[in-house]
Amino acid sequence: MQSTASHAHTSATDSSHGHAHHEPGFFSKYIFSTDHKVIGIQYGVSSLLFLLFGFFLMLVMRFQLAYPGRAVPLVGPLLETVLGEDMAKGGIVGGDLYNSFGAMHGTIMVFLAIVPVLFGAFGNYVTPLQIGAPDMAFPRLNMASFHCYFLGGVVMFASFFTPGGAARSGWTSYSPLASVTDLANRFDGQTYWLMGMVLLITSSLLGSVNFIATIIQLRCRGMSWMRMPFFVWAQFVTGFLLLLAFPPLEAAGLMQLMDNLFGSSFFLPQGLVVSGSPLPVSGGGSPLLWQHLFWFLGHPEVYVLILPAIGIVAEVISNNIRKPLWGYKSMVYAAMSIGFLSFIVWAHHMYLTGMGTKVATFFQTTTMMISIPSVIILTALFISLWGGSIRFNSASLFALSFLPMFGIGGLTGLPLGFNASDIFLHDSYYVIGHFHYVVAPGTMFAVFAGIYYWFPKITGRHMNELLGKLHWAGSLFFMNCVFAPMFIQGFKGMSRRMSDGGTTYFGQGVDPGVLKLNNMILWSAIGLGICQIPFIINFFSSIFAGKRVTSDNPWQATTLEWATPTPPPHGNFLQEPVAYRGPYEYSVPGAKTDFTPQGDKN
Amino acid sequence: MEIPYTYKARPDTGLYNAKVGIWLFLASEIMLFGALFSAYILLRVSAPLGFWPDVALAWPRGLLNIPIGTFNTAVLITSSVTVVLAWAALKMNNFARFRVYMVITVLCAFAFLGIKSFEYNDKFSHYVIRLQDGKALTGHIEVDGKHPRFWNFSDQWSVAKLADQKVTKIKVEVDPERDMNGHVKAHGSHDHEVREVAVSDIVSLGSYTPATHPFFAVYFLITALHGLHVLGGALVLGYFAFPGAKMWKSNPEQFINRIEVGGLFWHFVDLVWIFLFPVVYLL
Repeated sequence: MQSTASHAHTSATDSSHGHAHHEPGFFSKYIFSTDHKVIGIQYGVSSLLFLLFGFFLMLVMRFQLAYPGRAVPLVGPLLETVLGEDMAKGGIVGGDLYNSFGAMHGTIMVFLAIVPVLFGAFGNYVTPLQIGAPDMAFPRLNMASFHCYFLGGVVMFASFFTPGGAARSGWTSYSPLASVTDLANRFDGQTYWLMGMVLLITSSLLGSVNFIATIIQLRCRGMSWMRMPFFVWAQFVTGFLLLLAFPPLEAAGLMQLMDNLFGSSFFLPQGLVVSGSPLPVSGGGSPLLWQHLFWFLGHPEVYVLILPAIGIVAEVISNNIRKPLWGYKSMVYAAMSIGFLSFIVWAHHMYLTGMGTKVATFFQTTTMMISIPSVIILTALFISLWGGSIRFNSASLFALSFLPMFGIGGLTGLPLGFNASDIFLHDSYYVIGHFHYVVAPGTMFAVFAGIYYWFPKITGRHMNELLGKLHWAGSLFFMNCVFAPMFIQGFKGMSRRMSDGGTTYFGQGVDPGVLKLNNMILWSAIGLGICQIPFIINFFSSIFAGKRVTSDNPWQATTLEWATPTPPPHGNFLQEPVAYRGPYEYSVPGAKTDFTPQGDKN
Repeated sequence: MEIPYTYKARPDTGLYNAKVGIWLFLASEIMLFGALFSAYILLRVSAPLGFWPDVALAWPRGLLNIPIGTFNTAVLITSSVTVVLAWAALKMNNFARFRVYMVITVLCAFAFLGIKSFEYNDKFSHYVIRLQDGKALTGHIEVDGKHPRFWNFSDQWSVAKLADQKVTKIKVEVDPERDMNGHVKAHGSHDHEVREVAVSDIVSLGSYTPATHPFFAVYFLITALHGLHVLGGALVLGYFAFPGAKMWKSNPEQFINRIEVGGLFWHFVDLVWIFLFPVVYLL
């Protein structure tokens, strides 16, 4: 089906409208731009680079786990020259470096890669377009938000080169460990981590204020709340999570900074002895306080990682099955319930801290409650597929495989939510497997789906389908080979904290097969890395040599972002957009085409 | 297309963009200060029972200067009133009066900060000294005619450093005795007694700074963060009163909005103090 005349291809260049338009210079166009689309791309590029960096950290760690004490091939000598002999003597990853990489892998993936790519990149680029807005409500704040994020990234990256190396107390930075790892240097990796976090929190604060205000204020004429695409709803709820959950971590970060720099004892109890000598601090603080404040952010953060991903998947699926989403309203209410409930489940990360069984019971109950709206959303997406005429392109393949992968991730979380079973599974590889099923094949697949789906709008060219499908098939296979064995290891009781992958306990009743799985995970992870090569090639070659789009609406979609020229110019829309109908009017009986765009009057 | 509702209210929400923005920002600020207040509560309820300084980690009471704190509260509330009057003056198209009220607001802000730094300075040179006989003294100290600040010798080994500097005795202006609520006993026999203490008798010595007790840590963190908010607010309001006031000519409606948004922030800063003062000073 060809697009209708009203969607004929227009390009930004032939739409140079009336008022005199001088071409901005390089810096004001690409570095200090206030255009939400450029900022979205800035976020996208930097977060994908951080994603790759975080992935490499993980590869080095997995090598150490599979072959403890052996020099890392290829990068080993590089690590030794760059980080020094203390850290990687002879290219062998020592315990300290392993801990450092572990902490930074978590931090980079969560705060510098996934959140920015979902909220910063897709959110920035797509949200204003989908609600028919010319830009964000506060464009300069938007720019400041990206600059804070970038600076935070630089600080985190620089921390690798401080004496003593980067933070190595886990991405959760539990006190007192985080305050006593490096007593010789007050300005150690942990201090850099905290300063980086303050910048990242500022960035997300500015971003979330901007998003919520934009969605409340800048919806175009006719765009009522229940006509907003589900993606916008997901960003809206995410905005509130970031707005309200991050400040407590900022407070906690300031306290830990004071503990590290000014010798206070917010999180340090009395009578701490480090390496045989008593720590010269007053004591009287509470390590539990840090954990409460951290997880008060940490749990809503998990939904920050998944809600926008579900939003992307909902858009891609509805478009590619040519059907409205089943139960759009219940999905919206479910997203809101998730948003609310996610603030009262945090202590299910702390069952083993001895906070008391009554408290644990409360959090166990709320944790079970929050699984209900998550299941509603997933079920609605599954039921949507029924009777659809599904197009199997790269975007939809990724979106479709998101559903079972997120399903596995979600269901394996239930045993961790019950405190009786959590006592056994806590701190084992099971937790790693569960969390990564949600975020790696879950969120990452949604990110890839989003890239394949919106690429033609952003660049005016299609990505290659064959390379896309190769990327999808390989990623799906290897993702499962990486993370499924972790469940087995976890059930066998393997701790997630050992830098030698459990070899210490070899021959002490440990099933050797469990340790062998480390090798399988390593090689699958390498396979997963290789499978990203078609994507990287596809991404760059398509920017310059991809098949040009013949229409502004190549996927024959209904939402407003496809009613803009390709790529959208500054100010987005050529005339004021109006929403006449709901977001997913596909296959409406009696309509001329199988899609009726929101902006079409009849 | 231009961004709509930058200063005109959107009909269905009744708000202009910046007003939505500032309320959202304040919501996140509430979470920030809320977390700090929760930390205060948790640290306080988990502190051991007993009277500080006799019990080293018991929660200290009555160390903050209540008359000064009350006066500072009055200063901030005054500024909150004047910032509204400034906004109202603009609404009544009286720019000269607006500027007067705004200047008073900013002056109040700096008065508040000045009084606060006086309070801080007093704490930095105020000490708790633990002696070999198990007793503890608090008060200002004098060493060779000077009043040192920020000293923190947490154990006898580091106290010995004083002896290296040829200090053998320090003078302590001992605080008056207090009852269990931290109130000064009416007829204390030790009013401003100055005592000489031999360095060899001292186990540890620490000024009223974050390293000495979690109470000071949380007190300094909350009040300093609040102080930074006062400073930031004063700078922005000062900007509106003078260089930023150009907008009154070019776009009066947006200028009034700016004052309103700045005023909302200012009320929030005031409100934080209204909670902070009873929780930290009085309770």
